[in-house]
Amino acid sequence: MNSIIFTAGARLLVALVFVFSLFMLLRGHHLPGGGFIGGLLGAVAFIIYSLACGPEETRRALRVSPEGIAVIGLGIALLAGLFSFFMGDPFFTGQWYWVGGDSYETAAFSINSVLVFDIGVYLVVLGGILSLTFAFEEET
Amino acid sequence: MNWVLVFPIAVPFATAVFAYLARNYPAGRWISLAGSVLSLIASAALMVVVLREGVIAAQMSNWDAPFGITLVSDYLSAVMVVITAITGLATAIYALGEIPEETERLGFYALFQMLIAGVTGAFLTGDLFNLYVWFEVMLIASFSLLVIGGGKDRLDAGIKYVALNLVSTLVFLSGIGLLYGVTGTLNMADLRGAVAASDNQGLITVIAMMFMVGFGVKAAVFPLFFWLPASYHTPYFAISAVFAGLLTKVGVYALMRMFTLVFVGDVGFTHEILLWVSLLTMFTGVIGAAAQMDFRKILSFHIISQIGYMTLGLALFTPLALMGGVFYLVHHIIVKANLFFVAGLAKQYAGSTDLNRIGGLYKSAPLLAALFIIPAFSLAGFPPLSGFWAKYLIVKAAIELNMWFVTFVSLLVGLLTIYSMTKIWGYAFWKPHPDGYDPTPDRAPARVTAAMITPIAGLAAMTIIIGFFPEPFVQFAQTAAMQLLDPTDYVTTVLGVQP
Repeated sequence: MNSIIFTAGARLLVALVFVFSLFMLLRGHHLPGGGFIGGLLGAVAFIIYSLACGPEETRRALRVSPEGIAVIGLGIALLAGLFSFFMGDPFFTGQWYWVGGDSYETAAFSINSVLVFDIGVYLVVLGGILSLTFAFEEET
Repeated sequence: MNWVLVFPIAVPFATAVFAYLARNYPAGRWISLAGSVLSLIASAALMVVVLREGVIAAQMSNWDAPFGITLVSDYLSAVMVVITAITGLATAIYALGEIPEETERLGFYALFQMLIAGVTGAFLTGDLFNLYVWFEVMLIASFSLLVIGGGKDRLDAGIKYVALNLVSTLVFLSGIGLLYGVTGTLNMADLRGAVAASDNQGLITVIAMMFMVGFGVKAAVFPLFFWLPASYHTPYFAISAVFAGLLTKVGVYALMRMFTLVFVGDVGFTHEILLWVSLLTMFTGVIGAAAQMDFRKILSFHIISQIGYMTLGLALFTPLALMGGVFYLVHHIIVKANLFFVAGLAKQYAGSTDLNRIGGLYKSAPLLAALFIIPAFSLAGFPPLSGFWAKYLIVKAAIELNMWFVTFVSLLVGLLTIYSMTKIWGYAFWKPHPDGYDPTPDRAPARVTAAMITPIAGLAAMTIIIGFFPEPFVQFAQTAAMQLLDPTDYVTTVLGVQP
């Protein structure tokens, strides 16, 4: 698409949508959001970019191939599940470390394996959707 | 005890990740091979624990059943997981010889491991919706594997395959939705009680039929099998072997699980339908095979025919019949995967899979001929190979019920199977090559041939071992059948386990 308005607007939009997708990712679990929805929004950001500048340019901006992103995400999600092995809990049991308290209400924030899993999901969704759309765009 | 249920699924997934990252290097295929070996070790560990404890269950994420996802394994699940790992390892070795480098670079091994993970997950899950998820994992991986490497034929086959399987998945998913609406649970062990207690048994039977249709497409029973011969003859031989061995069996397994654990309220109705479906499946499959002149197409139709025997074991619904069904399931995976491996090597030697255009293999490759005879005769049910015991158990169960027509059809189909196998033997091995030249095994590098013949020999050895020492396997199948018919242990283990 060769519209200068769209290209200029896309620059702004891409950054906004992408930051919002990260916000959604980090907000997840206790509040609406999470890896899946974040990943979709992240994919939307890159799709806007590829509509404005073409899939070639977007692939360059991504640096890693979308399939690679998806597979790495799968690995991260699996690692998050396997982490509970070392704690003696069943597969995928969330491991929580509360900073400054002992529960969601009292703690300032938490370090947990659920977020790691969400990051994995985020990457799988981002990579999966992008590899699909790139395949369509590069077809024509 | 929890983790032995997880590793057979987690190992192939992890292998897929590493194999994908290393897909551009020779290391990729060795990672896949090492992963398959690890999977086999993990599933052997599962088998050991199951043999010791009977039924084991694990609640994922520490959410108790029926709310969380349960992984559960009884004898049937355990043996299916082990046989999946064995087939996976055999295929991983075979693929070293067959799969060209450009296909490896597309991520062949990652997809293959993903498929194994999906199949294993389907065998281990104790949750109906989770089963649906594993079906999807399998479908995505298998569709990609079907079309990988390109070509018009493959795409054509892939579209038919994916379209019909999507229909099946949709029917299955609608069934799940309705069942959840009626009972309010999707944990299979919990469903047993909930379905029996439901006051709307008519609706339950309708849902049961939806499951039968959904799984029936997966298992390729009459009249829903047409996608199978349309697609199994196009992909790489390693892939069609693993499809032939495992994918339809997941459907049979799901049928066996659901129609012994959950839908047993109206056996007279549901299992009667299954009985006629089985007989028609057996017969149409074998007749379809007789009309084909392509190595893999004949074998594809025979998958259908043999599926009929397994569902027949379920339909007769006696301890002996179910035992035969379980035995048949295991025996058939080994034998059928092996026959597809043989077909691949035969093509390597003689240049085609069209029986009219090849020949002379007996003279030029006597070892391959011998290795073909074992699974082929086992498939047809020759004593003392594994197929004989499988058929014997089913036929005996039918005789015990005085079902003479069923007995007659089973034996007739066995006879017609011999006809097809001798046709392959006659055309591919016995008659001289139509082009007049001697098909020589030397056309491929020795490394390739070695990689392809090793799994064939290994699986043939397993067929012989099961044939000559059936005792432990039959006893195992008997316990498995007992657990299926009386799932009290299954239910209490799933619902009562406190992690």
